[in-house]
Amino acid sequence: MSDVSDLVLDARGLVKHFPITQGIVFRSKVGEVRAVDGVDLQLRRGETLGVVGESGCGKSTLAKLLVGLEKPTAGEIMVRGEDMTRLSGHALRRARRNIQMVMQDPYTSLNPRMTVGDIIGEPFAIHPDAVPRSGRERAVQELLDLVGLNPDHINRYPHQFSGGQRQRIGIARALALRPEIIVCDEPVSALDVSIQAQVINLLERLQRELGLSYVFIAHDLSVVRHISDRVAVMYLGKIVETGYHMAIYEQPTHPYTQALLSAVPVPDPRLRGHRDHIVLEGDVPSPANPPSGCRFRTRCWKAQPYCADHEPLLQIRQRAPHPSACHYAEVRDLLHRH
Amino acid sequence: MTPVTDIKAQMDVLPGLDPRAPLLHVDDLRVEFRTRDGVAKAVNGATFYLNAGETLAILGESGCGKSVTAQAVMGILDSPPGHVTGGRVLYRGVDLLKLGEKDRRKVRANRIAMIFQDALSALNPVYTVGFQLAELFRKHRGMSRASSKLRSIELLDQVRIPAAKDRINDYPHQFSGGMRQRVMIAMALALDPEVLIADEPTTALDVTVQAQIMGLLAELQHQRNMGLILITHDMGVVADVADRISVMYAGKIVEEAPVYDIYARPAHPYTKALLESIPRLDHKGRQLNVIRGLPPSLTDIPSGCSFHPRCGYAREICRGDQPPPSYQIAPHRIASCHFIREVLGV
Ligand SMILES: Nc1ncnc2c1ncn2[C@@H]1O[C@H](COP(=O)(O)OP(=O)(O)OP(=O)(O)O)[C@@H](O)[C@H]1O
Ligand SMILES: Nc1ncnc2c1ncn2[C@@H]1O[C@H](COP(=O)(O)OP(=O)(O)O)[C@@H](O)[C@H]1O
Ligand code: SF4
Ligand code: SF4
Ligand SMILES: [Mg+2]
Ligand SMILES: [Mg+2]
Repeated sequence: MSDVSDLVLDARGLVKHFPITQGIVFRSKVGEVRAVDGVDLQLRRGETLGVVGESGCGKSTLAKLLVGLEKPTAGEIMVRGEDMTRLSGHALRRARRNIQMVMQDPYTSLNPRMTVGDIIGEPFAIHPDAVPRSGRERAVQELLDLVGLNPDHINRYPHQFSGGQRQRIGIARALALRPEIIVCDEPVSALDVSIQAQVINLLERLQRELGLSYVFIAHDLSVVRHISDRVAVMYLGKIVETGYHMAIYEQPTHPYTQALLSAVPVPDPRLRGHRDHIVLEGDVPSPANPPSGCRFRTRCWKAQPYCADHEPLLQIRQRAPHPSACHYAEVRDLLHRH
Repeated sequence: MTPVTDIKAQMDVLPGLDPRAPLLHVDDLRVEFRTRDGVAKAVNGATFYLNAGETLAILGESGCGKSVTAQAVMGILDSPPGHVTGGRVLYRGVDLLKLGEKDRRKVRANRIAMIFQDALSALNPVYTVGFQLAELFRKHRGMSRASSKLRSIELLDQVRIPAAKDRINDYPHQFSGGMRQRVMIAMALALDPEVLIADEPTTALDVTVQAQIMGLLAELQHQRNMGLILITHDMGVVADVADRISVMYAGKIVEEAPVYDIYARPAHPYTKALLESIPRLDHKGRQLNVIRGLPPSLTDIPSGCSFHPRCGYAREICRGDQPPPSYQIAPHRIASCHFIREVLGV
């Protein structure tokens, strides 16, 4: 098992609250959206941590905190022994080189008026010391080649590429500064099934060849299982269960993880009618006003009065062999025939 | 609860309608879009049928012509630039493509209904949900204000909108994504259609909400013995609910089969490759099999078999002028490929 020195990223107590304001001239704060509300996260060298959860649970906000695009309300992000949240100016820019991001939408995340060469080379302009000016075109062509695009297409524009190819451009840009860590926010969600596999395989090959660590955010639990070593399940700004992929998928203990897994259709008609289905009532509550105690209690079929005033901590429990934030956590298999 | 469909009333509105004819039979449908960039052949001879009480999934990747097929069946094609250039859409023996707009509108409201991926754009933002529902009953059923309101509440109850009595006064934007989808289902089912076409009805929703909506659709279909065409790219959803599957590629149905057969033993190279390229929830697989290249541009569809530039089985004959014939390989099983035996391994 890997030891602490393998840690490339160690985030503790991450919180991001967005103020809800009222009025235009005299803006007064009337509340806050608790998008991320106390998240710990560790990432080891060469490892992929998958983060799953439903829309609005705080996945993208977490991603932005990790790459320094948002400043946390509280918490620390240790990368190479430095707390990124305390850095500024030159030191912050240096630290950020090491942790890059790939975004969901290959259609809007690339500037349509820039050539592919300029897009992929942009990080070199921001960090002029990374590659000398004379070597930049070469470097961009190498990156294009690395992600499986034709290096001769360096002067083309994004609209001349397909969705999958645009996502490769986004990946090439993220790789430009030779980071150790890449945070991927729904990198294949907008792609077609046949193209998804191409991009997933590319990410896996790059990880093997370059020793990258990934935080892989997605709402598709099948894709996350395929690519992840460990998985964290988020609900309303908090991680409710985390562990190795086998633990999360084969032995889920949190009622929310169990409901999620039971809702995902499996492409095998023989399982029809042989799997347990847990149907959750209603929608996710607003993160501006999360329920007291356990945040999942308004949709939880196991909720007890105790859950309303005691917040469950994310920890190993008597019937939960890996960390689970439920007072009544207990293993239940939801993927296989019953 | 649901009024018994009045066959006589139907006969009145549609001359030539034969209640014993198949519910829906789409035969060699062709649709083109004529734009400045050329002619895009969106649907190229699509053929499929649907029986009462049955769920047919039309499975395909984005741009392969699923929505355009549905729009042509419904008679809501964006025209121009869209034109139906061939084929028949037979509803109980009547070719809908030959009907005038007035009759088509009647079929659309009463017999064949459709729900869309994006409920917000399908509902009118300036009227309350209750008004939009009641309007249907007043206009098409000549019901009074009071009874159409009652019927609207009943219907919202059926699609499990909590506190339906109060919510009929809300506007579409006041509902969550999943609730809006329910409202749209209620509107589509208001006049008791025999066919429901659902075009990616849960693609924009979270899995837990998707499960609620798919469960609701299955239940309503069962109660009403409705024929359901489920358009989707999600092989998981299909495995859960479909009776039969038609796989679409570049505007053509390339394989058609009962759901169990197609997952166990796909007969067309495209279907097989698709199944091998998806990650699985129930085990951590090996490296995914990739379908090389991209779906074709519809203004420039490859000759012969349109899948040939991406197909691992392709040989000279696949690149020729003639598309591969459709072979019947078992009852209800058809595939269009020169090398079916090889794909099936027989
Ligand atoms: N800049 C912002 N100002 C105010 N609220 C915000 C801001 N960014 C995000 N939020 C809110 O924070 C919550 C979490 O948002 P986030 O985008 O992180 O969710 P997500 O898990 O990525 O969802 P999705 O799956 O839809 O991408 C949401 O309620 C969102 O509306
Ligand atoms: N209004 C339109 N004008 C021009 N082309 C269109 C129009 N609607 C659809 N198309 C084209 O028809 C093809 C099939 O589209 P569609 O049926 O929407 O695909 P999908 O299978 O994703 O539903 C696509 O190439 C699309 O660009
Ligand atoms: S703590 Fe209570 S409400 Fe929360 S998940 Fe566990 S049983 Fe459900
Ligand atoms: S006809 Fe040829 S190219 Fe087309 S699917 Fe069959 S083997 Fe492949
Ligand atoms: Mg997001
Ligand atoms: Mg579509």
